[in-house]
Amino acid sequence: MKHLLSAADLSRDETLSILDTARQMHEIQQRDVKKLPALRGRTVVNLFFEDSTRTRSSFEIAGKWLSADVINVSAKGSSVSKGESLRDTVLTVGAMGVDGMIIRHHASGAPLQVSQWVDASVINAGDGMHEHPTQALLDAYTMRERLGDLAGKHVAIVGDLTHSRVVRSNLMLLRTLGAQVTLVAPPTLMPSGITTWAGSDGFAVTYDLDATLPQVDALMMLRVQRERMSGGFFPTPREYTVGFGLTRDRLRTLPDHAVICHPGPMNRGLEIAADAADEGRSVILDQVSAGVAVRMSVLYHLLAGGES
Amino acid sequence: MARSDSGALAADTQPGRTVLTSDEIARALRRMAHEVIERNKGIDDLVVLGIPTRGVALADRLASALTDVEGQPVAVGSLDVTMYRDDLRSQPTRAAHATQIPDSGIDDKTVVLVDDVLYSGRTVRAALDALGDLGRPKAVRLAVLVDRGHRDLPIRADHVGKNLPTAQSERVSVRLVEHDGTEDAVRIEDGAR
Repeated sequence: MKHLLSAADLSRDETLSILDTARQMHEIQQRDVKKLPALRGRTVVNLFFEDSTRTRSSFEIAGKWLSADVINVSAKGSSVSKGESLRDTVLTVGAMGVDGMIIRHHASGAPLQVSQWVDASVINAGDGMHEHPTQALLDAYTMRERLGDLAGKHVAIVGDLTHSRVVRSNLMLLRTLGAQVTLVAPPTLMPSGITTWAGSDGFAVTYDLDATLPQVDALMMLRVQRERMSGGFFPTPREYTVGFGLTRDRLRTLPDHAVICHPGPMNRGLEIAADAADEGRSVILDQVSAGVAVRMSVLYHLLAGGES
Repeated sequence: MARSDSGALAADTQPGRTVLTSDEIARALRRMAHEVIERNKGIDDLVVLGIPTRGVALADRLASALTDVEGQPVAVGSLDVTMYRDDLRSQPTRAAHATQIPDSGIDDKTVVLVDDVLYSGRTVRAALDALGDLGRPKAVRLAVLVDRGHRDLPIRADHVGKNLPTAQSERVSVRLVEHDGTEDAVRIEDGAR
């Protein structure tokens, strides 16, 4: 495995290997010395063309805990703001001899394009409304730690599916792991060609959250991405909450063993009530802490080994 | 060579020759347990750590032999060294195993590292680095079932089940019932096969 561009690139065995290694990495986080020498002498660059706090910093910490040299380049304050093209930027960085490029870009497909230009391993850290494979891995990791093997488990992904890059990666990865997936959204936020998504057969689509809730083992609430909306997707925030928010009343219909996930950042009171975000079944902070372990595991799998 | 009837068929189908039988492995571990007790004047403040994969099973056995002799439990765990290896880049990615350190920790304890075969010494070097990240033991000792020689580093074992002079072209294979599901045996094979 040289690049991680899409959750569809991962076989079941590769996925399980990444998740198992992540568990070992998670233990490192409990130690006094949070450092492994596995990537000593390797250089990783975080190329972020779009704002991000948790993804960028968790990749940065992951690289540093594996002893890689980590550089951060953001579009603001770099030559990108002077008009340099994506190709020239990555070729310049690649010419400095980096081993790994972690790319966040507002255009879907940018990391795939970059992987064809440079020799380095490329990791997709979120491209437009397309994919976010490491987020899907950390979601699967978090659910697996709480629920055990995900084969046969029922996961509902609820909310703004149209503007979410998380949903596509999660759907493919959860299907790879054998989970049953139900997508729930208002009709206006349900992507039009959703049933034809490649590699993601065997999932259900519904507009009825109340009917879905009692059957799930894991519930993933997605953020309403107001910054990506040009208006008109739902009449008022209140109406969205009534139809598709995880309210205090709905919380009671969720099975006791089920876990609540949210990739963050949350709009409290809109898609998720504060009570739901803070209760015992919520694994939202577990997801953040798993983010570093999963990204360490991904960096290790991509960069530590030689050519096989 | 003495061999139990049940193991004869399985052993005969394997290439090479048996240098340690199941009984001999058990005796070697018992002797090593007595050596460890003598060296440390008991088992207080002792932590036995196996290096995956087969070192973990051997560490468990050594720990139970120590407990049998001294009549008190001994702290036992495992120490994965995958991330500390210096050959990561020359091999396909290796899967990491679990590291389990007893709750008592390793600070100011005598740690006995346990592995099946001591060869180049690079695994032990990696284990020493890994231990350094976990704490500061008072002393570290090394117990191996087989020392086959050919060291690349200035490392030697404190407790050895069997010294086995080998050619570098030969292969030493250790089979343990916990890991391989077959009768315990140490076999040596001609590398030219």
